[in-house]
Parts: sequence; structure tokens; C-alpha cells
Amino acid sequence: MTHTEPLLRLEGIHKAFSGVPALINASLTVSAGEIHALIGQNGAGKSTLIKVLTGAYRKDSGVIRFGGQEVDFATPQAAQVGGISTIYQEVNLIPYLSLSENIFLGRERRRGPFLDWGRMNREARTLLERFEVQADVTRPLMGCSVAVQQMVAIARAVSIDSRLVIMDEPTSSLDDREVDTLFGVIRQLGASGVAVLFVSHRLDELYAVCSGVTIMRDGRTVERRAMTDISKLELVASMLGKEPGELRREGETAFVKNHNRKGEELLEVRGVRSGPALRNASLDVRKGEIVGLAGLLGSGRTETARVVFGADALAGGEIKIAGQPAQLRSPADAIRAGFGFCSEDRKVEGIVPDQSVRENLTLALLPELSRRGVVDQAKQNEIVERFIDRLGIKTTGPDQKIRELSGGNQQKVLLARWLCMNPKLLILDEPTRGIDVGAKGEIQALLSELAAGGLGVLMISSELEELAEGCDRVVVMRDGFSVAELTGDGLTQDHLMGVMAHGAAQAAPASAAPAAPPGGTHV
Amino acid sequence: MSEGTTTPPLRPPAPAPAQPGPRRGHIPLFGPLLALLALLLFNIFFTPNFLTAQTLNVNLTQVATTVIVGVGMTLVIATAGIDLSVGALMAIAGALAPMLFLNPPLGSPGLGVALAFVLPVLAAGAFGLFNGMLVTRFMIQPFIATLVLFIAGRGIAQVLTNGQLQTFSNKSFQVIGLGRPFGIPVQVILMLVVVALFTWVMARTVFGRQILAVGGNERAARLSGVPVNRVKLAVYGISGLLSGIAGLIVISINSSSDANQVGLNMELDAIAAVAVGGTALTGGRATIVGTLLGALIIQLIRYSLLARGVPDAAALVVKAGIILLAVYVQRQRR
Repeated sequence: MTHTEPLLRLEGIHKAFSGVPALINASLTVSAGEIHALIGQNGAGKSTLIKVLTGAYRKDSGVIRFGGQEVDFATPQAAQVGGISTIYQEVNLIPYLSLSENIFLGRERRRGPFLDWGRMNREARTLLERFEVQADVTRPLMGCSVAVQQMVAIARAVSIDSRLVIMDEPTSSLDDREVDTLFGVIRQLGASGVAVLFVSHRLDELYAVCSGVTIMRDGRTVERRAMTDISKLELVASMLGKEPGELRREGETAFVKNHNRKGEELLEVRGVRSGPALRNASLDVRKGEIVGLAGLLGSGRTETARVVFGADALAGGEIKIAGQPAQLRSPADAIRAGFGFCSEDRKVEGIVPDQSVRENLTLALLPELSRRGVVDQAKQNEIVERFIDRLGIKTTGPDQKIRELSGGNQQKVLLARWLCMNPKLLILDEPTRGIDVGAKGEIQALLSELAAGGLGVLMISSELEELAEGCDRVVVMRDGFSVAELTGDGLTQDHLMGVMAHGAAQAAPASAAPAAPPGGTHV
Repeated sequence: MSEGTTTPPLRPPAPAPAQPGPRRGHIPLFGPLLALLALLLFNIFFTPNFLTAQTLNVNLTQVATTVIVGVGMTLVIATAGIDLSVGALMAIAGALAPMLFLNPPLGSPGLGVALAFVLPVLAAGAFGLFNGMLVTRFMIQPFIATLVLFIAGRGIAQVLTNGQLQTFSNKSFQVIGLGRPFGIPVQVILMLVVVALFTWVMARTVFGRQILAVGGNERAARLSGVPVNRVKLAVYGISGLLSGIAGLIVISINSSSDANQVGLNMELDAIAAVAVGGTALTGGRATIVGTLLGALIIQLIRYSLLARGVPDAAALVVKAGIILLAVYVQRQRR
């Protein structure tokens, strides 16, 4: 191994899935002992790059050099043997085994043919003490908190003599004190020459612990900088593919703003909390208004939407519907209140793949389409035909299975699922992600029209132009808090980026009023 | 969200060019139908006396209980569950019924028989709801949840009867197993009614559509306001009720109730019929008529082999082979 060469160098990596490119000429360089951040939006190619590196996927072309020689790991196990260990976001340990069994799984300490329990437990205890975890190492893992499980996974990775440890959002289930402990360990690792590749969306964490950063966008590596060289704003701008200070262009989307209407209050959300990802969020939606919910990944946007729709339990705070305090124990409650919700993940939470367009479109409406439990098929067909027509859903007919439709048309069916209910409020999580440009424009125009007709819309989006052009107001979330609300002339892509990067305090232009300081209310 | 007939103003209709795509997505019954037809033809040509009313009746009588239980199983499997307790629930219903008509309450034999038809079936239904509660409320995997009554149910039946064989001869009760209005066995009529009823339920009712939604994508169903837990509770309850009916048929054919024997291995026969019929064991796709065809196919194979003097033990092996084949064909289709 030469000393001039960095520990890890990926160059010109290409990878496509059934013709769709996921990585295009991607590169990544990490030196020994460096703590390096890898960031990018959903679908930017981070996880694909990591999987190519660790052998979970095979690259189509490109070169991977690790420790001075070219490598091409066939499996993650081979990568681990080669000195790269990976900690995934979801803990992948064995819940029924004890902590020390998990740590030494596959490389058990032995004395002759027997397991050396004393030594394994002793070593596991020492190891976990480094992470300030006080736990009985002989207890099964499943009794432990998620944070402890995460720490065990990290301890396991660290104890395998790795030269590179990859951590994919390791802090998402940890509280502040645990994050500090983890950072202590990461710094120790760095000091002892182990490199760490750190994937996170919490900007403050990157600045706290990383020395360099690689930014990915649309499958390409767009930037590699020293952490001290790049401001948060530049970081966010580069992730989103915007120039800071760029003039606001009009007409990037098909939204039509509708300034004149300010209807009655539909939804008031005050200081809601749920799990570690949603700590304090407040927002309002009025009739005829499109309210945006902005923020980086993991900022608590989706969690806010789910709480409002009754899909996740509320740990604190208050939700009012039309001025009345509401208890939403399930989506069914929210639907009765006139809400609809299109989840971010169409496949997992939206479509019923083997069912027809007709059944998918009327899934929520069915109880109302029936007389004593029997579906009124004439009425059902009439509604389905009408929405296929009005939304321009491209399908061979109502009987076609929804999984055979394109993403954009699936999304239209899911929108129609709610529109046929005559909702008062639509909650949309990334309604235009992963669909073609034409369908995207149609959906944006549709939302503007619906809002003009009195519908309230709460729209989560990662696309700044969608937020800036489509929304009447945008609430910005950061690390589980709603930190600002932008409106009117203050609602520009620039200001949005600023608040997403810094929070309201530093970035706030005059018009960006802080929405809710933690623990407080606003307006 | 009252009527769903008025909508906000929307954009003018966009052109919707017909996209080339696979044909309309109904569950293909073609495969099972073809297999059944082949078996029928084979037997018509090579099995002596196959085309007689008696042979037909023997086969239909033997298959009726499997189909009735299989329909309940189809509903459960459509929600991505499974019900292993059906055979044990048949034994419970079979143990309860003779107790009612042999020692009629208030000394009225008529009332005894009436109750013997109703109470055991309701009891089996209640045990089915218990299964459903374990699955929904306590979130136990269906396999394990219904294993509880698979093991304990037969025990309960034995405790009810003190482990003794109950023999009887009661014309009015045994109508359910021995009656033949117009020459058609009563259980065959029951079977056809159950198949027709649940075919209609699956195709036309909200409940039927919700079963498929729960099995096809539970999270999406919940987010669309489908009462997921109530749907699951109901399918296990129905499976219990149908098992109870099947239990009554079996004991009246036998003129006796043996808690050790009634419904033995029925769970496996029912699951096999469902699988061969083309219902996806992963949930979300189900066909009641397919289950009927599946049960008939298995029955006919067994009959053909037995008619050829192949021992029952060997017939079992062939049955297993057929199931394997059916599941393999299903995977290919997916």
C-alpha cells in the first residue's frame, strides 16, 4: 500500500437497473482516518453507490480501489472480510440472541471446540462501555431499546477489524446524548486510522463530525469538498441542484397561483410530537389554500402528515379541525373528517397492485357506493369512468390492473381515490416524485384548480420550484421542528434553501416569520 | 364526502389513448378447468360405470365438506392469513350436536334437533372469532394463532364427550348428511349454496372487495379507511361457522361422532383445494369457484387412482405432487 493513495477510491461507476441508470460516472474518495459525509436527496444514488461498494450490487463499469488494490466484492460478506463493514439504517441483527452473541456472530471466540462464553461476554462488555451502553450482554437483543440495538450494531461493526465503516443514517433513532456518544466513538475511530463514511441528512451533524463531504444528485457525484470549505447553504443548494442567489424563474411548474382567496380555517396543528423524528410542528391550512411542507429528508415532514391523517399516534400537541379539537385515532377518523392522504411510497402504501384501476380508485369510497353492503356497480362504473376521463388517466380500461400503469397514471388513480370523496383537505406526500414530466404538469395544474374550487391542500415536496410557485405558504421543517413559515414575497426558492440549511434564526428574511419556537405556539 | 357524485371543476378530458397492455386482469380459472375436464374425460373413457348418478353422488358427497371448509379458507387466505383450526372446529361442532339432540332440552326432541343445527355452528363461529382476535388484537401470526385451536380444539371436543364415541340414529338431524331431495344429497346443495353465496360476496359486496384490499396491500387499505381488523375478524369467524356446518355433515353421515376423527386433516385438504384452485397463498387474489374446482380435481384424482386399485397411501403421494405442481404454476404466473 502506498501512502500517497487514499484508502478508498471509486471512479467512473456506472450502474443501471433494467435500462434505467441509477449511477452515472459516480466517484467517491475517502482517506484513511477520514470521516467523510455522503449526502444527497432520495434517489440521488447514495445507497446504490454504497451497495456497489459493498458487493450487494455489481457495478456495470468503473473502478473500485481499496487499500491500494483494485477490488470487486461479490457479496457484502466478502467486503466485510476485506475490511469494510456497514451499518444499515434498519438494525439487522438477530433479535433472539444475546447482545454478546450478536456482536460475535460468525466469529465466536472458542476454547478448543467449545464456545468461550466468559471471554465473549467480557469483551462485549468492554466494547459496549466505550459506547456508554450499560446493559447486560447476556440478555436477548429484542428486549433492548432501538438506540441500544443501534449501538450494538455499531459496536459489532467496529469490533470487526475494519478499515472503513459505513454508517447509513446511524443517528435517526438516537437521542442527543446518544448521538454525542456515537460521535465520540467515530472520532476515536478516525484517530486510530479507521475511515468512516457517514450518511445523514442532519446538516449540523455533518459539520460536527465530518471533515469532507461528497454530494450526489441524480446518480452523479456533483461535489467533493472539505467540510470547512462549504457553507450549509451551498451544501443544500448543491443537493437540490440550485445556485444560491439564482434569480427566481417563473413558470417552472404548471401551478397557477391564486392569491385572492383566504377561506375559513380547515386544519390547525399545534406543537405535535410523535417519535424521535417529529418533535414539535405547527401549521394551519385554510380552505382553498395550498400549504407546502418543506425540509430535508428526515426533517419530520412525512411524520407530520401521518400524524395529521391519524396514521401515527400523537405523542403530544393538538390538532383542530374546523376550529374543533379532534382526536384522530385512525385514518378512518381522518377520512370521516373529510381528509385524504397520498403517501410518498405509492407501491408500499398506495396501490393494491393486483386489483383493477376501478377497485383501486373506489377503495375509500366503497362504503358510500353501496346499499346494505352491496356495491352499486352502475354508480361505481360511472364514477370510475368519469375520473379516468377528467384526470386523463391512461389505461386500457377500468379493469386493467393498476400495477400495469405508469407511475404518473398510478398517482392519478390514487388522487382520484380521494377526489371522488369530495374531500375538504388533501394531504400529499411528494405527489409528483418519480413520475414523468407530462403527468407532473397535469397534476400540478389539477391541484391549482382544485384549490381554486375551495379544496385545502397540504403538500410535502422536495422540489423548491414546486413549493415556491405552487404554494400560498410554506412551512419549513428542520430536525423535527417546524422552524419557519414563508409567505408572499418571502416565499422564494432562495429563502426556502436558506431556512432549510440554517433554520429560521440565521436565514430569516424579513418576511419569514418563525412559525413555532419549540414548546410555543404562534399567531 | 357525502355522495361522491359531484366533483370540483377539473381539467377538460385529456386524450386517453389505449395503451397496449395485458388483457383484463381476472383470475384465470382456465388452468383448473382444463385439468378438471381432462380428468373427467379420462374417467369417462377408462373408468367403468363413471357416468352414473351413483358415482357422481359419491364423489360430490365426499367433496362437499372440503369445499364448504375450503370456501372459508379461501376468505382467510385472501387476507394473507391461514386457518389451521378448521378440522378441530369441525370436531367441536360434531361433539356438541349429539349432546343436544340425545338429551333434548325441555324434553322436546324437535327443539333438541333445532338447537343441534344452530348452537354447534355458532360455537365454531365463536372459536373462529377467537382466532381472529389473536390475529388482530394480539398481532400473532395467523399460522401460530390458529395452531392454538388446532391443538386445543380437538382436546376440547374430547373433554366435551369424555373421550367417548357418540353413536346415534336420528332421522331429522341426519337429514344434513343423508337427505336427498330430488336425489341430490343435501350436503351437495349446501355446498353449492355456500359457493354461490361467497362468489357473490367476493364479487359484489364491500366486504368482498375489502378482503382483497387487505390481502393485497394492508397498509394501503388501512390508509384508505378500510376497517382492516374487522375484516380479518370476520373472515376467521366465517371460516369457523363453515367448519361447524361441515362438522355436522360428517357426523350425520357416520351416525356417530368421534372427537378423534371428525375433520382430521381437513385443514390440509382445504388449503390444498384453495391452492390448486388458483387463489394466491400470499393474499390479495382469491377465487371461490377456483376452490370448488380445486377440491373436485383432488377428489377426482383420488377416485381415479382408487378405481384403478392404487392403494390410498400411494394416492396421498400423488395428491401431494398435484399440490406442488399447482403452487409451482402459480409462481410462474406471478
